[in-house]
Amino acid sequence: MAAKKLNTKDKYRLLTRDLDWEFSYEDRKQAFPFEEFEGIKITDWSKWEDPFRLTMDTYWKYQAEKEKKLYAIFDAVAQNNGHTNISDPRYANALKLFLTGVSPLEYQAHQGFAHTGRQFGGVGARIACQMQSIDELRHVQTQVHAMSHYNKFFDGFQDWSHMHDRVWYLSVPKSFFDDARSAGPFEFLVAISFSFEYVLTNLLFVPFMSGAAYNGDMATVTFGFSAQSDEARHMTLGLEVIKFLLEQHEDNVPIVQEWIDKWFWRGTRLLTLVSMMMDYMLPNKVMSWKEAWEVYFEEAGGALFKDLARYGIRAPKYAETIEKEKEHVSHQAWWLFYSYGDATAFHTWIPSDEELDWLSEKYPDTFDKYYRPRWEMAKKMEAQGKRFYTKGLPQLCNCCQIPLMFTEMDNPTQLAYRDTVYKDERYHFCSDGCHDIFVAEPEKYVQSWLPVHQILQGNCGGPGLEDVLRDYYRMNVGADNLDMKGSPDEQRWNSWKGVA
Amino acid sequence: MSLKTLKPGYSGEVKDRLENFNGNQLVYVGWDHQLLFCAPFTLAVSPDIPFGQLRDQVMASVFSPHPEWTQINWDSAGWLLDGKAFVPQLDVSLQAQGIDHKSLLRFQTPELAGFMSAAV
Ligand SMILES: [Fe+2]
Ligand SMILES: [Fe+2]
Ligand SMILES: [Zn+2]
Repeated sequence: MAAKKLNTKDKYRLLTRDLDWEFSYEDRKQAFPFEEFEGIKITDWSKWEDPFRLTMDTYWKYQAEKEKKLYAIFDAVAQNNGHTNISDPRYANALKLFLTGVSPLEYQAHQGFAHTGRQFGGVGARIACQMQSIDELRHVQTQVHAMSHYNKFFDGFQDWSHMHDRVWYLSVPKSFFDDARSAGPFEFLVAISFSFEYVLTNLLFVPFMSGAAYNGDMATVTFGFSAQSDEARHMTLGLEVIKFLLEQHEDNVPIVQEWIDKWFWRGTRLLTLVSMMMDYMLPNKVMSWKEAWEVYFEEAGGALFKDLARYGIRAPKYAETIEKEKEHVSHQAWWLFYSYGDATAFHTWIPSDEELDWLSEKYPDTFDKYYRPRWEMAKKMEAQGKRFYTKGLPQLCNCCQIPLMFTEMDNPTQLAYRDTVYKDERYHFCSDGCHDIFVAEPEKYVQSWLPVHQILQGNCGGPGLEDVLRDYYRMNVGADNLDMKGSPDEQRWNSWKGVA
Repeated sequence: MSLKTLKPGYSGEVKDRLENFNGNQLVYVGWDHQLLFCAPFTLAVSPDIPFGQLRDQVMASVFSPHPEWTQINWDSAGWLLDGKAFVPQLDVSLQAQGIDHKSLLRFQTPELAGFMSAAV
């Protein structure tokens, strides 16, 4: 009599590799039309090592259990007024940035992996992508649920997906993922699974999740734990895809290297937002951005690229520039947001004196020399009743879409400018990294939807900036934006705590 | 290298062509070694305005919150237009002196060191 239950090995074989079939009367190439145009050569899909070692039935069982626990905690947080247990109301602004900037990327990842999960000719790769696609959909859902409690008590959470598609600084994360999703399936995997999830994800997740732990945010911490096992699988997929591509054909090596260079640069530019979150937005600090970069990129990434050298892969281009930038970017970014704080859907503020001292200590070579004077100036202006807001719209990088706020690393009081002319049209960039990405694929980036240019073309309503913020971005002007001091968030917090 | 696409002959729509700005052109302006303003500005102006109007009205509207703006000695200030040394003519239109769509203008005021001499 046949066994009622399949053993794990058979079940695994039947529910993964065995789901493929031979194309007897249709052209296999037509079934997978995206597989060749990027120039990647696959000689044998059966060499793909399944990174997840998981079948759908176990997946559902395991995730359902995790989710049950997660939602029990969300309920408890709501019942116990968890929003009053956070360290300081300023902390909620880190969550606003997360919900509007990062959670929609989970959804984009869901869509991107669903697409690649259809397009690869190898069944092992398809199944891995399909599972990750479901993971990412769960991530956006659980994050929205985690945040929904805060939405009842703080401003700025209400229109996160609408804002993601329109607000000027959210075009930075949005365009990052749009770029990856409009690439071919192999580039998408190198971009998201390898460069982002494998190489850089710790610099996104650790700051937010440890930040939550240090600042009394149980909902986000619990989400973080529940996503951790998924992330571990995603990282394995990132590493597998790189090794697989490099082992399949030597012609793949230069293509993969170019993608690593591009996506490492795009990823670090995106992480600029995280750097300021760590150094400025967390009332209880975890570690400095510089320390995080050293631990999670320089040490971990250094070892990785040493390992990949045997395939002919070198460390990403401009890694030396980035190494210097760790001393500067968080300060430059928070100054950008502070000075454009009338146009942000979260609050901004001058660091407290204690925080300024913490920054001096963590950045002994740069903070007092270059950045403290700006905050002293801001304090002076605030004391005169003239809280500083920059008038006028900034110039944006045509690639990463961040305002041109980065300075030359050998000349830190001089903003960096790069440009190129393509088909008689001039394009501007924040850095050599962004410049090179444009020059490699100009037909892609001439289409950049640059928020400042869109406003000036009249495509975002108006005529005034406030009209754009209120009608096009759907910000509650006067509540979502402006300084933390005097905000409705602050007033509500004080009333919960019985502070006058 | 060029963009690899599924089908040959792909080209992208140029989103920021001059025609899309309703008669204006863009000019980017940055104040070198001055970081109170975190980034250069994007200004939409008519190509026909004289340089003097750009400097004293349009630029002033965004740069004048800086306490040193009024102390700038324009006779000694230096200019770069798209990376090359440039001497602006105040009465001549932008267009007629080569400041075209998406040009970058940078100016330097070495005698002004900023707040706490820290380029702020
Ligand atoms: Fe995710
Ligand atoms: Fe992930
Ligand atoms: Zn850039």
